[in-house]
Amino acid sequence: MYRYDTLDKEFLADRATEFREQVARRLSGEITEDQFKPIRLMNGLYLQLHAYMLRIAIPYGSLSSRQLRRLAWIARTYDKGYGHFTTRTNLQFHWIKLGDTPDILDHLASVDMHAIQTSGNCIRNVTADPYAGATAEELDDPRIWAEAMRQWSSLHPEFSFLPRKFKIAVTAAPKDRTAAKVHDIGLVLKRARDGALGFEVMVGGGLGRTPHVGPTIREFLPVNRLFSYLEAILRVYNRHGRRDNMFKARIKILVAALGAEEFARQVEAEWEKIGTASDLPDTELARVRAAFSPASFETLPARSEAFETAKAASPALARFVRNNVKPHKKPGYAIVEISLKAIGETPGDATADQMDVVADLAERYGQDDIRVTHEQNLVLPHVKLDDLPDVHAALAAAGLATPNINLISDIIACPGLDYCALANARAIPVAQSIAEHFRDQDRAEEIGELKIKISGCINACGHHHVGHIGILGVDKKGEEFYQLSLGGSGAEDAAVGQILGPALPANRVAEAVDLLVDVYLRERTGGERFLDTFRRTGAAPFKEAVYAEAR
Amino acid sequence: MPKLVKFRDGGMIALDDAFTHVDDEVSLPPGDVIISLTRFQAEGERLLSEGRSVGVRLEAGEEVEALAYDLPRIAVVAPAFPKFRDGRAYTAARLLRERYGYKGEVRAVGDVLREQAQFMVRCGFDAFEPADGSSPEQWEHAARRFRHVYQRAADGRTPAFAEREA
Repeated sequence: MYRYDTLDKEFLADRATEFREQVARRLSGEITEDQFKPIRLMNGLYLQLHAYMLRIAIPYGSLSSRQLRRLAWIARTYDKGYGHFTTRTNLQFHWIKLGDTPDILDHLASVDMHAIQTSGNCIRNVTADPYAGATAEELDDPRIWAEAMRQWSSLHPEFSFLPRKFKIAVTAAPKDRTAAKVHDIGLVLKRARDGALGFEVMVGGGLGRTPHVGPTIREFLPVNRLFSYLEAILRVYNRHGRRDNMFKARIKILVAALGAEEFARQVEAEWEKIGTASDLPDTELARVRAAFSPASFETLPARSEAFETAKAASPALARFVRNNVKPHKKPGYAIVEISLKAIGETPGDATADQMDVVADLAERYGQDDIRVTHEQNLVLPHVKLDDLPDVHAALAAAGLATPNINLISDIIACPGLDYCALANARAIPVAQSIAEHFRDQDRAEEIGELKIKISGCINACGHHHVGHIGILGVDKKGEEFYQLSLGGSGAEDAAVGQILGPALPANRVAEAVDLLVDVYLRERTGGERFLDTFRRTGAAPFKEAVYAEAR
Repeated sequence: MPKLVKFRDGGMIALDDAFTHVDDEVSLPPGDVIISLTRFQAEGERLLSEGRSVGVRLEAGEEVEALAYDLPRIAVVAPAFPKFRDGRAYTAARLLRERYGYKGEVRAVGDVLREQAQFMVRCGFDAFEPADGSSPEQWEHAARRFRHVYQRAADGRTPAFAEREA
């Protein structure tokens, strides 16, 4: 974890004071709700269907036990005892009272947390690989760059009123767990032949109404030039991005309109003028690197007898390990994914008690390190194999051992019409009905990796465009219908899914997914995933299965 | 005479505005004026030769580069905020200060709100026409809110990374 220094802490304290004064002006009637709206939106406070929603930033999805415990405490004290982890790796509380928010921000600041830039047309929370520092695949620790970007983007004087919101992802592994190609900027760490570190820079990816996979505008940007280059991109966007229509204001529209080549040319021209003045000095980059308390690993054998014995004795543990435990860079350690997709529950929700359990486990077994994934799960990145049986037992006791990571019931869903004022349709009940339908774990494992993503409206917060199966809720004369799209991916093989056919009524969605799965199981060859089979066969057999009887 | 919030000697003060904003359709009064870029391009030469101080209002879509060669003789550049959430004027101000070394007044006009005071000051604005009626004291309070900043910008404040080195 990055350790905040006095400056970082004072910055957050000043922000909390500012917001307290602003709320006081609203509560005293000095300013109207209309005047207050842009102010609260700078602090992640939304007015939703039933109450205020407060979105708390979890920078690059990284939490300490102390921070997670504080979130649990806030959930109990100010909300209904639970919180919702989002696809931006933030945490939302959906039942907040306006008058409580200044106190909540103070409590957050006391554990180095905040709600800065979790809304508004500014640079939002940076996404980084949730396996950072733990996977053997990575070239460098992407959190260092994510933290440097967090600081750089915090109350950026020039880029806090962009045409539209702006999201950056950074990863250093070939397997992309950040959806970098569908971010406004995706940064992938690369090594040049001479060993120098740099970023491949992709710009203009995004979902929403007009999904795009971001084109690469620079193959190799030396890492020490990152901030001047970001400034150049943001400046071109701030000046030339559309402001006449909020649905055409994201950078993807500008990049598509200019063409990637012309956009790149403009960025490079601006970058040349900026020079190195905006780059962070190497000393600061070194300081940020050093401020990440290094994980302290013991020298362990690659094989743990205690773990192997326990696994042989417990089919439940064995299943959990098959699906939720991933290889670690150090012998004798593992990465543990904690699914927040228990069958029948709301995807991404965690109760205060569950948060406390995870915090305790991280402290006791996991080097005080917790990550949130953009797929709305949690990760304990450094767990000893020896400790896995205990960790699994504790998770199981808290309802947190659902062994379904990347399986069909590991569904991303936005809050949908159950909470959100923008939604056309509910998303959570659809996710629940699909998960119920596939609750047989043997069958789910046989189906293998299958990413279902559900959005309750065209804004695509549930990332349906990049679901292997994407589901979009639409309103048809007051009735909820769901449009299926297939073949999308947000990973290194990013693509936007193709719409399968006419939208289906809610009660046919789970059944349609079942039909799609049957086609896949029939057609697959070798080790193909659903996505691979779809890409090989095309949509025809899938379409036939879902719509045959209608004809 | 309308009041202007002006950044001076590290603090904010209220000043009588010596300049008159003049729309394109209106004939020019005597004295110091702030006019549009179009009008400046047509009439600037003549006005300057009359010995007046001339300021230019820069609309959000207008490029600061268009003024580059005239900057030494322009007393005020006034990048406009058509709405507070239109952030193009921040870029204009930074470029004026950092790229062109402009030493004259950079004045925030339009939907100018105290919530944005710190961003404006940091980008190099040194004069403000607050649309929310905020006083110099309120403006200064808002502009000085944060003890630390994370970026180098036009105000010359020491960013956190340099503070840490000191």
